[in-house]
Amino acid sequence: MTGPGGWEGNVWEPMNPMGSPSPGHSAFNGERDGGDPSDMLWGAEQSADGAPQASDPMTFQQPAGQRGPAGPSALRLVWIYPDLLSTYGDRGNLIMLARRARLRGLHVEPIQVNSDQPVPRQGDIYLLGGGEDLPQVLAAERLRAGGGLAAAAAGGAVIFAVCAGYQLIGTVFGGAQGEPVEGLGILDISSGRGERRGVGEVLADVDPRLGVDRLTGFENHQGVTKLGPGATPLARVVLGVGNGDGTEGAVANRILGTYLHGPALVRNPGLADLLLSWAAGPLPPLPDEDEIWTRRLRSERLAAVSAAPA
Amino acid sequence: MSRLPIRARVATTLGGAAGKMSRLTGRGDGSVIGGVVGLRVAPDLLRQLAAGRQIVLVTGTNGKTTTTRLVAAAIGSLGQEVASNAFGANMESGLVSALSGAPEAPFAVLEVDERYLPSMIKATRPRVVVLLNLSRDQMDRAAEIWLVARRWREAFAAAQDVRVVANADDPLVAWAAGSAGRVVWVAAGQRWHEDSWCCPECGAHLRRDELGWRCGECGLSRPSARWVLDGDSVIDAAGTVRELHLSLPGRANRSNAVMALAVAGLFGADVDQALPSLRQVESVAGRYTTVQRRGRLLRLLLAKNPAGWLEAFDVLKPDMRPVLLAVNAQVPDGKDTSWLWDVDYRVLRGRHVLVAGERRIDLAVRLEADDIPFELVEGLDAAVDAVPPGSLDVIANYTAFQQIRATLGRTA
Repeated sequence: MTGPGGWEGNVWEPMNPMGSPSPGHSAFNGERDGGDPSDMLWGAEQSADGAPQASDPMTFQQPAGQRGPAGPSALRLVWIYPDLLSTYGDRGNLIMLARRARLRGLHVEPIQVNSDQPVPRQGDIYLLGGGEDLPQVLAAERLRAGGGLAAAAAGGAVIFAVCAGYQLIGTVFGGAQGEPVEGLGILDISSGRGERRGVGEVLADVDPRLGVDRLTGFENHQGVTKLGPGATPLARVVLGVGNGDGTEGAVANRILGTYLHGPALVRNPGLADLLLSWAAGPLPPLPDEDEIWTRRLRSERLAAVSAAPA
Repeated sequence: MSRLPIRARVATTLGGAAGKMSRLTGRGDGSVIGGVVGLRVAPDLLRQLAAGRQIVLVTGTNGKTTTTRLVAAAIGSLGQEVASNAFGANMESGLVSALSGAPEAPFAVLEVDERYLPSMIKATRPRVVVLLNLSRDQMDRAAEIWLVARRWREAFAAAQDVRVVANADDPLVAWAAGSAGRVVWVAAGQRWHEDSWCCPECGAHLRRDELGWRCGECGLSRPSARWVLDGDSVIDAAGTVRELHLSLPGRANRSNAVMALAVAGLFGADVDQALPSLRQVESVAGRYTTVQRRGRLLRLLLAKNPAGWLEAFDVLKPDMRPVLLAVNAQVPDGKDTSWLWDVDYRVLRGRHVLVAGERRIDLAVRLEADDIPFELVEGLDAAVDAVPPGSLDVIANYTAFQQIRATLGRTA
C-alpha cells in the first residue's frame, strides 16, 4: 500500500534512532520545557480547545513527514478519548512519549480529547488506548462520525493504537456479543472474537526493518486480528498470543498498532523512539543516566519471562 | 441450629472441624476451608444457613472489608449477635464459614466479591445490599466493570424486595442500583473518576459540577441522597448534622461510615446509637494498624488498585513524613502492573519515598517519570533503617501487605 505522502519506503528503511540531530534543528538545543512537564498529562477534563489555529503556518502548511522539530511549533501528542479508552494505564504511553521527547529538548504539547470533543486534525502523534467492549464500540462510532482521526491519518500523522484502539482503527472488529462492528478503516486489519482470552506476558521480535529491540509487554484481550495486504506484522510472537496467528501488531506507513496494552512504550522505549522519530526526524540517544531504570525494567522483565515455565 | 436439615447440620459440623484444624495446624485462619468442606457435603448450605436471618451483603471495589466491619459494629449496637466474614473471605465458602460459625446470630453482615453478588443475592435472599463503588481492579482476572454493573442491575431487577443502600456519587453504582425496588441513596463521594467519565446508560460524556454528575444526552443524573457525607460530618435524612470523629483515617473511611450509618438506620439503629460503635473501630484486618519497629512508628495502609492508592495518599499525614511504597504482582494482586500508570504520584513530592516489593523496578520507572526522587530498598526492615527515628507510612498492595505483616510478626 502506498500511503499518503509516499511513506511506504520510509517505514521499512532501517531507522537510525541513535543518529545525531542535524545542526539546523533548533529544537535540539538541549533546552527543556520550563515548569512541571507532567502537569499537562493529568486532568482528563482538559479540553481540546487548544487545537491549532488555521493561521499557524508551521502546523498547517507543512507537508506530511516534515513536521516536528524543524520549526518552533511543539510536538503535539493527541490522546484520543481517555474517557472511553484508557483502561490499562494507557496514560503511561503519553507520559513516556512526552518524557523522551522533552529529554531531547523537544517542545511537547499533550492534548487530551474526550469523546464529546472534536479530534484536532493537526496533531503529530495520536494515541489510542485499551477499553472495554461497550466503550470501544462507542469510541468507534464517535471517531467514524467525527472524521478527524481519519483525516489526520490521511495527512501522514503518526498513530499508535493499543488493544481496543488497535482493533477499532481496522476495518471491522468484534462488539460486546462478538457481532461485527465497523471500524475506522485506517489500518488494513480486521478483528473478531477468539475462542478464549489471551492474558499474560508477551515477548515478540520486531520486524528487523524497524530497528526496535524485542518487545516485552502484557496482553489481555479476546481479539483475533488478520492483516490485509496493506499492513505488515509489527513483530513475531515468541511468547503470548498477539494477533493469534503467530504475529503481533501491525504497521502501515506511520500507523502502528499492538495488543501490548497499557504502557507498552515504558517497557519498550525503542518503540517510543520509533514513533517520535517518525514525527520529528532522527533522535539523539539519551544519556545513560536517563535510561538506568527503563533498562533495568526491560532486563528484569525479559529475564522473568524467559525463566518462567512456558 | 436445630432448624437446619440433617445434611446441612452434618456439613456445618464437618466444616467447623476443618476450620479448627486449619487454625490449629497454622495453615490458615480457618475462614475459607471450613466453608469449602461444608459446601462439598451440602451444596445448598449457604441458602439453608442464611434462611430466617436478616442478611446484609456489602460489595464494591474498595472498602468492602472495612465497611462490613463498620456495618457489623453499627448493627451490633442493637445488642444482638451479628455473624460476619470479618477477614475478607468474600466468596461462597467464606460466607458459609461466617454463618455456620454463628448459628444463632439473627443478623449477618457479609462482604461479597463484586463478581459474585448476583449469585449471593439468590442464595442468601438479603434484606439489604450495600454498593460502595466500582473501579478498575486486577483486570487480568476480574470482569470488566461495565459488565459487573450490568449484572448487578439485572440481579436487582429480579429481586425487587431487596433494599439497596448505594453510593449516589458513583455513576456506575447508581446506574446498577437504578433497577432496584427500593434504594437508599447516600452521597458518599467519589474521588476516582477515571472509570466513570461516560454515562453507563447511553455512553455520552458525563457532566460534573458541585451538584454531582449528569448525562446531557439521556438525562441520567445523580439521584438525590437521603444521607450526605460533608467533610467530617454526616447529614442524615432529617437534616441533622453530626461530626463523625472516626478513629479510622481518611476520606474513604468517612464515606464507608456514612454508608454503614444508612444501613443501621434501616434496622432501627439511629445515628446517636450507632456512631459510638463506629468510632471504636481502629483497624480492620491489619489495615490502618500502627506498629512499633526498631524505634520507628509504622502505619500500614493497604491499596490494591488506582482508586485505592488515591485514597491512601489522602490518608498520608501532612507532616511530610517518609513513605514506603511496596508493590507485588502475584495472582491475588493481578499479574499486570499497568495500573501503576493510572496513579498520580506527584502528591508525594517533597517526601522521602522508599520503594520495595517484587515489582519495585516498575514503580521506580513510574516515579522517575513523575520526577519523584526515590530510594530502592530490599524490604520493610531496610526501609525502617533508611529513615530517621520517627514515623513511616507504608502503602502496599495485597501480597506485599501480607509480606510486610509477616515481617512484623517476626522479631525486629
